[in-house]
Amino acid sequence: MMTNFPAIETRGLRKVFGDKVAVSDLTLTVERGEVFGFLGPNGAGKTTSVKMLLNLIMPTGGEGRLFGQPLSYPSVRSRVGFLPEHFRFHDWLTANEFLKLHADLYHMPQDESRRRIPELLELVNLVPHADKRLHEYSKGMLQRIGLAQALLNRPNLVILDEPTSGLDPVGRRLVRDIIRDLRSNGTTVFLNSHLLSEVEITCDRVAFIKHGEVIRISDLKSLVEGEFSVEIRARNLTSQIIAGLSHWSSNVRQDEEHLALTLTSESHLPEINRYLVDQGVDIYALRPEHVSLEDLFIQIVGTDGGL
Amino acid sequence: MSTFTIARLTFFEAARRKILLAAFLLGIIFLLVFGIGFHYIMRNIDSSFRTNLLELNQIRNFLLMAGLYVVNFLTVMMTVLTSVDTVSGEINSGTIHTLISKPVRRWEVLMGKWLGFAGMLTLYLLLMVGGLIGYIYFRTGYSPPNPLQAFGLMWLNSMLLLSVSILGGTYFSTLANGVMVFGLFGVAFIGGWIEQIGSVLPNKAAAQAAANVGIITSLILPSEALWRRAAHEVQSPLISALGFSPFGSSTYPSNLMLIYAVGFLLVALALALRHFSHRDL
Repeated sequence: MMTNFPAIETRGLRKVFGDKVAVSDLTLTVERGEVFGFLGPNGAGKTTSVKMLLNLIMPTGGEGRLFGQPLSYPSVRSRVGFLPEHFRFHDWLTANEFLKLHADLYHMPQDESRRRIPELLELVNLVPHADKRLHEYSKGMLQRIGLAQALLNRPNLVILDEPTSGLDPVGRRLVRDIIRDLRSNGTTVFLNSHLLSEVEITCDRVAFIKHGEVIRISDLKSLVEGEFSVEIRARNLTSQIIAGLSHWSSNVRQDEEHLALTLTSESHLPEINRYLVDQGVDIYALRPEHVSLEDLFIQIVGTDGGL
Repeated sequence: MSTFTIARLTFFEAARRKILLAAFLLGIIFLLVFGIGFHYIMRNIDSSFRTNLLELNQIRNFLLMAGLYVVNFLTVMMTVLTSVDTVSGEINSGTIHTLISKPVRRWEVLMGKWLGFAGMLTLYLLLMVGGLIGYIYFRTGYSPPNPLQAFGLMWLNSMLLLSVSILGGTYFSTLANGVMVFGLFGVAFIGGWIEQIGSVLPNKAAAQAAANVGIITSLILPSEALWRRAAHEVQSPLISALGFSPFGSSTYPSNLMLIYAVGFLLVALALALRHFSHRDL
């Protein structure tokens, strides 16, 4: 019965601190098995939203469910793994003790945690450091042990709050690889990040949040594959030839031997190429450029960063 | 049960951070110093005065009271200093987030912390009170009246302050909480002394006024009241009858005040659980 419910479903979730509205309307649905990016400028209410999903912050209004169960039910969190921002843990514990503590909090049977903990230490490459206390760990290692902690219970939903902020490329790579593994075994991932390149690589869908409100939810694939621009460097261009390009593109700009056109479909590329060659144009470069998530972000959220 | 997991964690943290070691090592040093002092005082008295057993026991009791007085004070310090940061500190650093995002109820986490500290403080108090009374018994064969009641009341005092400190931690920052708990303790402490000094004043009206101050401050925080009742229990009846002693008490809090103290503890704990269950983290 429960299998039909989406992983995350919120309607009008709202949080007000004093007279400051942190989140005004969080309405979104994250389907099972999705990798969902949660984007927005600093101060847009991302972390408050994540904390509401985990019952760390009590909503002022609206409602939310994880797998069909209200956010306030403790049992729902047995299916959730969470890596908090900044990776602040009980650092007087060793990695082994730390994972054992959290396995206990997940009510994991002893024999299962004895199997699961070494498995996870292996996954995040911390086996040689398993008996070191966490205060000796670097930030990257803390992030890895934090990830291991979030995966202990083989969760159906993993919530990552800024998992790569302040990490070196190796650390970011690890997060990406783990997200990929999670996706391939059907785990839902909710990724709160302002590192757009990260989200662009990993996510299926993204929500844009500004002033504590979801202002757009986009399918990343169709969005990025939709409109794109092409840069062409060519000689022997005449204004007649350029006018002929309007057949494929409504937006053609020329600057000497550089041409830029906006296209709606990739299938137009070979046609344009054939047309130019037939017209006797010498082509030196033809470079399709997809709209980056960064462009989109600026376009949706605005250059003021939502402030 | 998550409560026991967190209780273990709390106890383990105290051990890992050398708090247990420091407390118990210094506790043993305290007992040694007391033992040496007791030994020489008693030897000096034995050889200098012709004392009978009754008089000797009064001196033994007096020294025991002095020791217990310090133990009570040290336990108060231990209670507040170890627990004052446990809730606010974890909220502040964010370590609480990985705990509360697990399939646990918040009250289980807070109750676990309470139990962890309660266990540690009980051990500490057992060592200190047991050490003092045990030493005097094995050295001289003297045992005071009602040692268990005294231990129980001192223990209750520690649990009371623990609950207040944990309650404060769910509302305030660590420093504000520390200032608050020690401030309340100071008020109760001075009120207790005023009542005690007042009780030996010849002027009836002044004595009554002093007693009222004592009662009011005991209502604000019944911690000193618990100590004075503990002191009364363990004090030699002869000293009590003679009246004023710096460590014991001539007037002592009623059973009603004890019931009030237990109620105070339970309400503080209930409020802490309630507020922690609803606050944002």
